[in-house]
Amino acid sequence: MVRLSDTGTSETDAAPKALPGDGLREGIVDLLRNALGEGLVDTHLVPNDDLWVRVDRSVWRHTGEVLAADGFDYFCFLSAIDWLPSPWGRGEDDPDDPPPERSTEIVQGVAGGETRFQLLARLNDVRRHVGVTLKCDLPDDDLVVDSWVPLFAGANWHERETHEMFGIGFAGHPDLRNMYLPGDFEGYPLRKDFPLLARMVKPWPGIVDVEPMPALEEEEETDTAEGDTKGDESS
Amino acid sequence: MTVLSDRQQLSYIAAQAADARLNVELETEGMTLNIGPQHPATHGTLRIIAHLDGEQVVWAEPSCGYMHRGYEKLTEVRTFPQVTTLINRIDWLGSFANEVPFILAAEKLMEIEAPPRAQYIRTILFELSRIANVSLFLGDLGVQMGAITPVFLAFRDREYVLNLIEGATGGRFHPNFDRIGGLKDDLPKGWIDETRQVMRKLRGFCDEIEDLLFGNEIFQSRMRGIGVIPADVAKSFGLSGANARASGIDWDLRRDQVLPMAWDKVDFKVWTHPDGDCFARCWIRLQETREATKIVDQLLDDLPPGPVMAKVPRIIKVPAGEAWVATENPLGEMGYYVVSKGDLGPFRVKIRSASFNNISVVPWVLKGVYVPDIITILASLYFILGDIDR
Amino acid sequence: MGLVDRGRMPAPLSKLFNMGRSYSMWVYQWGLACCAIEMGAAFGSPRYDVMRLGVIPLPASPRQADLVVISGTVTDKMAPAIKRLYEQMPEPKYVISMGSCANCGGPYWDSYSVTKGVDQIIPVDIYVPGCPPRPEALLEGVVLLQQRIKMEDMAAKWRGDEFTPMPSSKRAQERAAARREAIEANREPIVVGGGPIE
Repeated sequence: MVRLSDTGTSETDAAPKALPGDGLREGIVDLLRNALGEGLVDTHLVPNDDLWVRVDRSVWRHTGEVLAADGFDYFCFLSAIDWLPSPWGRGEDDPDDPPPERSTEIVQGVAGGETRFQLLARLNDVRRHVGVTLKCDLPDDDLVVDSWVPLFAGANWHERETHEMFGIGFAGHPDLRNMYLPGDFEGYPLRKDFPLLARMVKPWPGIVDVEPMPALEEEEETDTAEGDTKGDESS
Repeated sequence: MTVLSDRQQLSYIAAQAADARLNVELETEGMTLNIGPQHPATHGTLRIIAHLDGEQVVWAEPSCGYMHRGYEKLTEVRTFPQVTTLINRIDWLGSFANEVPFILAAEKLMEIEAPPRAQYIRTILFELSRIANVSLFLGDLGVQMGAITPVFLAFRDREYVLNLIEGATGGRFHPNFDRIGGLKDDLPKGWIDETRQVMRKLRGFCDEIEDLLFGNEIFQSRMRGIGVIPADVAKSFGLSGANARASGIDWDLRRDQVLPMAWDKVDFKVWTHPDGDCFARCWIRLQETREATKIVDQLLDDLPPGPVMAKVPRIIKVPAGEAWVATENPLGEMGYYVVSKGDLGPFRVKIRSASFNNISVVPWVLKGVYVPDIITILASLYFILGDIDR
Repeated sequence: MGLVDRGRMPAPLSKLFNMGRSYSMWVYQWGLACCAIEMGAAFGSPRYDVMRLGVIPLPASPRQADLVVISGTVTDKMAPAIKRLYEQMPEPKYVISMGSCANCGGPYWDSYSVTKGVDQIIPVDIYVPGCPPRPEALLEGVVLLQQRIKMEDMAAKWRGDEFTPMPSSKRAQERAAARREAIEANREPIVVGGGPIE
């Protein structure tokens, strides 16, 4: 039975089946190197998997332009990473003990890095089925980068979110209001030095097995119950 | 926004204004309409502030954050197995599908792969959660249009799928069944036959909804030509899933990437639609539900024997590194960017959820539409609040 | 209802009213997160059919609701809206807190943006634990609330006091003395499935 709604639909059997190869990714690196020159700081290519590119802050928007013109016009996400190890660990310290010593050495990940905050974004090419992850170092004293809103409309909300969560500014963004939290919220939650207060006041219950075994508990209960009845009799 | 899309938007507004010349001739004055944060049409706690001129929207702005629970921060203080418990609750209608990309990212970093049987069962449960998710959308769609019956049908048939998920995983809503290296358990006895029956029922449900809703003239006139999103705008906003495919973007992560899942073993069709309007989006979802039932049937036919769990250490420490894995979830592209430093828990997890991008197009698409169309467009974009706010 | 206002309510009449109130509850669905879907399954699906319990699940606004079900995670941004919702409801009003998040914060107990329990904002009569609770659990919560309403002192509720059992005649009081402990036990908020709230 041909249904009414079957009209006006396209066939997709001729859709491209090609999956990305490393040659394609190397081509992207060459393209960026030619277009950005010194702006391209580092690249990292995992065979048959993914491509990371780290660019200088001054060419951040230009990178987006070059990639968008090359077919990477699908905006996936934009965010940031705070590479400082958390001064609170995983929040499992006992509040009564003195805080343990923790290393504050900053170690960056794939494609390297020099600063604490790193911008992270991903663009896809939906025709060639390949994506590229972009990174960009931001100096601590000047957390501002050019906005991508003129290139990708979707960057608007992602940059608002990043601004709210990390305190990173975006030059040229129309409206950096808070997205999630009330306007009077203080601090940047995704920075590593933002404490989770609920964890500060009481230890994570997963680390200590404070409850006695069920059998022991029953014994205790019967003990106390007997004690109570004895007390009643004597009074 | 590109020049082309602006022009298209202008022509769309002009067409709408021409449709209602009467409205233009009447003198109107601006007013602000607040929808939400708790409103039946917003599937949760989305708040939309719309500035109206007469009955047309001048601008509209969604206000998010009423469901912001801070997942990305909480993942930093959880171990890898604990994170799956949390991320189940991002898209609460298709919970199992949330776990898979995260587990795959962790497996990629650990350089292990689940055994074939586990990959098949993962794919089956993934598609079942897609059916559970989208069937509720199809029912809810009727409610937004003023038709009450479809939602009862959807809740009736969705229960069958939830029973299946509960039978296999023990959890009706949040299975937490996926483990690094495989699955918690194998399928129970008799589950396969029951699943086949339910898939037949679900195909009947799709036919029923199509006859009841999609063939309806009122439904079509409220859907066709409303809320058109052209392909370049969709890409620029990062729309994914059915929303992108309804705009003619042929992009499905089940087909277009290599993953240790079983989608490449089955034959299924990726539907696209050239119109990009509300009708196209809903129609694509209906077809995807049908395809999902077919995928499940095919996977059940050639389910390989063997173990469901690879050899993994008892205490899971993921080696240092970074991995990005995205899958085609019921709502669209859901990806996790996992940064590990060789610890028990992840160092940073960026959750790229589909609805966040999908709903960021709302200020653009609501410009110039009529008030009743706000509801239609929001319903057809299909979002889940946990998936927007995380 | 001057009788109720002045706090003098004949017991038989009170019983009658309580019966009527417990079987014609308009419940407002304040669905927030995952639990909202299970609440929808309990209240809106043909399988669980809440109307057989005398509960009407679709009031037009909180201003004509007797009961509100807070289902899901309450965030600090949402809290003022919930407070306002509660203030809008007419007395006598009841609250069911559904799911771990609404009870105590649930899996988000350490989050920076989640309110750790809706009882910090409004008084709660029934707690339904689970993440999310099954629809049957919510229905049991509704039944327990109905039982509580049936033996409630309407005048005390009108004054805004906490739950007070119905006063009765001397003979009935003597008869009820044996059952007093059971009623006393009901002073605490009810938890579906038993056990302490913690």
